[in-house]
Amino acid sequence: MPKERVAVVGVGQTKHQATRGDVSMAGLVREAASRALADAEMTWGDIDAVVVGKAPDFFEGVMMPELYLADALGATGKPLFRVHTAGSVGGSTAIVAAQLVQAGIHERVLTVAFEKQSESEAMWALSMPIPFQPPLHAGAGGYFAPHIRSYMARSSAPDHIGILVALKDRMNALKNPYAHLHEPDTSFDSIKDSMMLWDPIRYAETCPSSDGACAMVLGSEAVADRSTKPVAWVKGTAMRSEPTMSADRDPVLPRGGSDCAADVYRQAGITDPRSQVDCVEMYVPFSWFEPMWLENLHFAPSGEGWKYVEDGVTQLDGDLPVNMSGGVLSSNPIGASGMLRFAEVALQVRGMAGEHQVPDARVGVGHAYGGGSQFFAMWVVGSDKP
Amino acid sequence: MVIDVAVIAFAQMPNVRAETALNDVEMLMPVIADVRAKAGLTQADIGFTCSGSTDYLSGQAFSFVSTLDGVGPWPPIQESHVEMDGAWALYEAWVKLQLGDVDTALVYCYGKSAPGPLHEVLSRQLDPYHVAPLWPDAISLAALQARMLLDAGKATEADFAEVVSRSRRNAMNNPNAQLAWDSTAAELLDEPMMIDPLRKSDCPPITDGACAVILASGDRARELRQRPAWIRGIDHRIEPMALGLRDLTVSVSTRAAAAKAGLSTAPVDVAELHAPFAPQELILREALGLGGHDNVNPSGGPLAANPVMVAGLTRIGEVAQRIMDGTATRGVAHATSGPCLQQNLVTVLEGEG
Repeated sequence: MPKERVAVVGVGQTKHQATRGDVSMAGLVREAASRALADAEMTWGDIDAVVVGKAPDFFEGVMMPELYLADALGATGKPLFRVHTAGSVGGSTAIVAAQLVQAGIHERVLTVAFEKQSESEAMWALSMPIPFQPPLHAGAGGYFAPHIRSYMARSSAPDHIGILVALKDRMNALKNPYAHLHEPDTSFDSIKDSMMLWDPIRYAETCPSSDGACAMVLGSEAVADRSTKPVAWVKGTAMRSEPTMSADRDPVLPRGGSDCAADVYRQAGITDPRSQVDCVEMYVPFSWFEPMWLENLHFAPSGEGWKYVEDGVTQLDGDLPVNMSGGVLSSNPIGASGMLRFAEVALQVRGMAGEHQVPDARVGVGHAYGGGSQFFAMWVVGSDKP
Repeated sequence: MVIDVAVIAFAQMPNVRAETALNDVEMLMPVIADVRAKAGLTQADIGFTCSGSTDYLSGQAFSFVSTLDGVGPWPPIQESHVEMDGAWALYEAWVKLQLGDVDTALVYCYGKSAPGPLHEVLSRQLDPYHVAPLWPDAISLAALQARMLLDAGKATEADFAEVVSRSRRNAMNNPNAQLAWDSTAAELLDEPMMIDPLRKSDCPPITDGACAVILASGDRARELRQRPAWIRGIDHRIEPMALGLRDLTVSVSTRAAAAKAGLSTAPVDVAELHAPFAPQELILREALGLGGHDNVNPSGGPLAANPVMVAGLTRIGEVAQRIMDGTATRGVAHATSGPCLQQNLVTVLEGEG
């Protein structure tokens, strides 16, 4: 049975910042959802179902907060669904929402992902003691720094690659009015001179801690065909998971990420991602993950991802722009970060990305990962109907 | 177009008051091994895996990450997780099977309610700005609902006691039940009030538990199971959380989900209802059009064992098991979440022939 076609017909996001003290959680999600509905030229009553995603509930201190958010999200009397797949959740949530349309169950699905990190302290929410496991009182940076060192050793990448990624993303963020970090004085030297937190990760090479939300309206073919604006057709979706502890796995270039990419490219008919993809939003919470994911997602040959960075390939005006929005390095409302990647490529192929638009972008890849580099969600969107 | 999907295997651990010797992963692994063995499948044969759980019971962020290791997800698998009862994980798997890319799915869920003060933990679900700071516990909220039912003249305390008496007597035939005994409603009414108008026996036990289901679609289901339990309809709906916005004596979301799931098109011979508190069974019977149906919660239901995040999927499993073993032909399973039946899922299952 062929799947129904599905397209992104509306996108909305909040201004991301360290503390959105002007709104409650309900106000935050409603801000993003209202903007997505306005973009889709729809009202709350047009929506058939709502799919919510966010990272651990300890980040706000509310158990299953979608229950409390039901009426704020216009879900009264409708199906409301909550996804949680670690850091990849924003991507997984969009995929679950898309599947409701692909399966022919609903015509118009609102999907929303958020995090309000200012309500709690993510560092400590991530560091709770787990019986029989070594304690990790170091947050995510301490976990991932050894992976980066391993990548540098394997690929002989020079130390400044991470700095180049951070500089690019922070400069791109200046063109994105929703980005958390707007730091026009950032320079190669200011990043290089920032504090070394988890060698080789410097402070300015890390993501911020943000409050923010992202929302999309996904519509069936009939809904998309009636849209007065360009839509982003979903050409493929994929998720992969692998264990935390297994002697077989390589957390630096994980097989789950590679399999996920191969699956989503196959669905989208992409045989040479480097030449067939016009822009990429990938989940880069620490600068070095850009060259690592370039290899893991089959854009660069093994050991060569860092050369793309050095050669400017991933710059906004480069051959394969990556994280045009400023990426996770410039805004990180954790639960929403994956959906922001998916939504930003949708904006690109709709030609609606504003100042950070890649000219003539027709095919975009969105990517999110989570856990200890073990949960992956990806989609390919395009301006042409599949 | 709908692809036919069926439950082909169900497994659960015996429900207990507190599983103190095993962690979540150790508790779950035998259940997953059991359900895969019943279906005759290994993890490599399974197309999609989906689980349901909450960090607030495990007391750690990303608790499902550890339990996924218990599945043995290597090489990498197609997998997802919901911060919901396992019944909703089954819903996601059902949607995935509708797409036709895969034809089998493993669904599992787990929850240890015992380590924390459960009824206070559940208060962390409430509106975080206006209600949760007052720490209303789950039993008190259920008591408010019971009081409204009494005041509306829709039920009596004796009706509550009848639900309890029958449920726990049914549980005597369920080897996995935690609470099972034979008491008459009259005896139960002699009990003192715990939180008026609820007696202790009107409340569910606190339970640690886990269960798992395997789904298969079309011919794959027929090949793997002689008599699959076909999902003929499944739907879920939510209401606002705020108690003042709802008439707590009815369940409009259950009624809407049942209508979408096609429940009323034919009679059912078994129903398993996720009514943790005895008065809620009366509300659900009305919403589902079951009236005085004589085969509701033959397992004993949540009054016999109430593993939070598990009790909903267990209802689907209990109905499916009866269809698979030929003792039932058409049944309805219900799952709930949120305070006072805020969110509800209805599944209609049938055997063939």
